[in-house]
Amino acid sequence: MKSKIYPDAAAALAGLTFDGMTVMVGGFGLCGIPEHFIAALRDSATKNLTVIGNNVGCDGHGMWQVLANNQIRKVLASYVGENKILETRYMNGEIEIEFNPQGTLAERIRAGGAGIPAFYTRTGYGTAVAEGKETRQFNGEWYVMETGLVADLSIVKAWKADSEGNLVYRKTARNFNPMIATAGKVTVAEVEMMVPVGELDPDQIHTPGIFVDRIVVGQNYTKHIERLTTRPKQATFGGAN
Amino acid sequence: MAWTREQMALRAAQELQDGFYVNLGIGIPTLVANMIPQGMSVTLQSENGMLGMGPFPFEGEADADLINAGKQTITELPQTSYFSSADSFAMIRGGHIDLSILGGMQVSEQGDLANWMVPGKMVKGMGGAMDLVAGVRRVVVVMDHCEKAGDSKFKRQCSLPLTGKGVVDLLITDLGVFRIDRKGGGATLIELASGVTLDEIKTKTEARFGISLSG
Repeated sequence: MKSKIYPDAAAALAGLTFDGMTVMVGGFGLCGIPEHFIAALRDSATKNLTVIGNNVGCDGHGMWQVLANNQIRKVLASYVGENKILETRYMNGEIEIEFNPQGTLAERIRAGGAGIPAFYTRTGYGTAVAEGKETRQFNGEWYVMETGLVADLSIVKAWKADSEGNLVYRKTARNFNPMIATAGKVTVAEVEMMVPVGELDPDQIHTPGIFVDRIVVGQNYTKHIERLTTRPKQATFGGAN
Repeated sequence: MAWTREQMALRAAQELQDGFYVNLGIGIPTLVANMIPQGMSVTLQSENGMLGMGPFPFEGEADADLINAGKQTITELPQTSYFSSADSFAMIRGGHIDLSILGGMQVSEQGDLANWMVPGKMVKGMGGAMDLVAGVRRVVVVMDHCEKAGDSKFKRQCSLPLTGKGVVDLLITDLGVFRIDRKGGGATLIELASGVTLDEIKTKTEARFGISLSG
């Protein structure tokens, strides 16, 4: 079998990008984003992208770099705050944003990857999100039909991989990555470490290798923290959430 | 006189019950995490993919891979579990979360909630709010009773775009607490904030409501 392992993100994206394509990007805020593929996507200068992901980075970081490089035409996301360029372009009508409720977005991607063209959800019934969409009653409750999403290319970030492409994510850096890995015609994954086949416990694999076409080990992760929140050491309890 | 932010959060904390799975929104609802009554076990869910949220990390111990839905660094607990966003919203949409406490811009007497956009202003997006109000068993909204200009935020009809229709069970404002029947039974004032009179709350409320004050 041809190796799935590529030397770097640019090599792994070679031949996969084209103008007008749809790209899904894993991450929640800046947590669990594929930093190296985002940089490679920016450097590819591919234009008129439709980008699907929970956010579009934030000022200076993540997918913001691709946005700032004028490569994005349309965005599907649930939250796009802390992003001045996106705000300006949206208000000027230079970029299209389709706001999706976060759970609807996650499920649309999950459905797309699972070969399910549409589903019904209570989320958004009676709101602007439901406008123009089919609604239907089940057991006395109203639901909105939402469609599955797929992409030309999915880029995800995991913690560990083996050469088969089996992936393990770490803590809340998992977020949208597992569903996005299933919904790309081609899926590329970057990881912090590659381990020999057999080292990952088969019962603990989050994304089975069948969903992953190309793998890169990323070096020197920035892992920028958007809101560093701490408590002093002597405190007994500094608050959760 | 009216309730402070902390007093509103304390009142919201009275809605917690032992064994509850709870999702807290950003703002005043976040304060509720510090007000869980002694001896009560409450599990906090964070919609970015975590059940069993711990406190903020000690200085120097923050982990970039461990954040809450407000993107703040947090910690895990011995009972914590992590999962994907799809699994997270299966918990939320599937009715497995007992209580959601979130902020609001407007609430109507039918229990409609508006809290995600103001037309003409930059829209940041609804995040997980629409899923939470559509799926969580009991929804409590905590917000100021009036806008800065003085207009009532508890209205006959929301004028802002909705987050959910007929979704609010309880409204806690700085002036009092209203129970709302999401099935069309209307709103009922059940508590007055300390130092607030019935006349004051009547004057400052656009929504129609019944009164059932105890004690």
